[in-house]
Amino acid sequence: MSINWFKYSSPATFYPLAGKMIPFFGWLTAILMAGGLYWGFFETPDRLSDQKEYYRIIYIHVGAAWMSMWLYIMMAAWALAGLVLQTRLSFMIAKAIAPTGAIATFLALWTGAFWGETSWGTWWDWDPRMTSELILLFLYMGYMALQSAIDDPRRADRAAALLALVGLVCVPIIFWSINCPDPNECAALHQTSNPGGGNMEPNILIAMLVTALAFWMYSFVAILMRVRNIILERERHTTWVKELLEKNK
Amino acid sequence: MSAISDFFYAGGYGFYLWASYGAAIFLMVGELIAARQQHRTILKRLSRMARMNAAEEDE
Repeated sequence: MSINWFKYSSPATFYPLAGKMIPFFGWLTAILMAGGLYWGFFETPDRLSDQKEYYRIIYIHVGAAWMSMWLYIMMAAWALAGLVLQTRLSFMIAKAIAPTGAIATFLALWTGAFWGETSWGTWWDWDPRMTSELILLFLYMGYMALQSAIDDPRRADRAAALLALVGLVCVPIIFWSINCPDPNECAALHQTSNPGGGNMEPNILIAMLVTALAFWMYSFVAILMRVRNIILERERHTTWVKELLEKNK
Repeated sequence: MSAISDFFYAGGYGFYLWASYGAAIFLMVGELIAARQQHRTILKRLSRMARMNAAEEDE
């Protein structure tokens, strides 16, 4: 089966498609979040090695932190696609990703502060991981500020896309800030992350992965809703939007 | 203590745990509500503009 992907790169065809995908991802989010949190709270021990019940912040913290980086990569990728392929929809998707990415970044920092206060005894430290994550938040905010500061959407898209691409260097820095090859070079307070789970209790690991997946599905919901709004705003003078309004009467 | 208050007490760490979960629920649910609200506002405004244009053409 061959799908004509370029057909879906037109805002007029993507708008109804996005509308159909939202409930699908919405239900996936609800099921995964409910299942993951149930498992994480009721089928797991009250301790994670030396950490007590506050470790359950992990079910938000990890999902939010992963999404903060992944969404930035996706935002930059769509911005690049917009610059190279000159497709309007690519820029709209990039623009729609930014607020969700900023929220994920903020939540990673916020939950990290509460977790840090309990397990390290400090809300904040200028440790490489936290500092680079804070810079990521500023990059998202800078992207949004630049978008809204320029009136002409075409120029705003291009300027913001450049910012997103330059800021992309931040993502590997966040990753390597705790996963560097030589542990002596990581002067980090933050624990290393082990994608295989390391010695984590299997039930905690399962709940963490399921909730992280729920965060991903949630991002689709929020971004698709926002991209539909952006499409309507920008395509309001086209006949297909006018026909849509006629039908909605 | 009952099972429910035990759950929220979380071994004395309830404040840290629920401050984290509270912020996540507030921001994520809020984001969806805001997007939905914005969608309605845009549709209303565009419909009004379309009606105004139609009225002008009729004159």
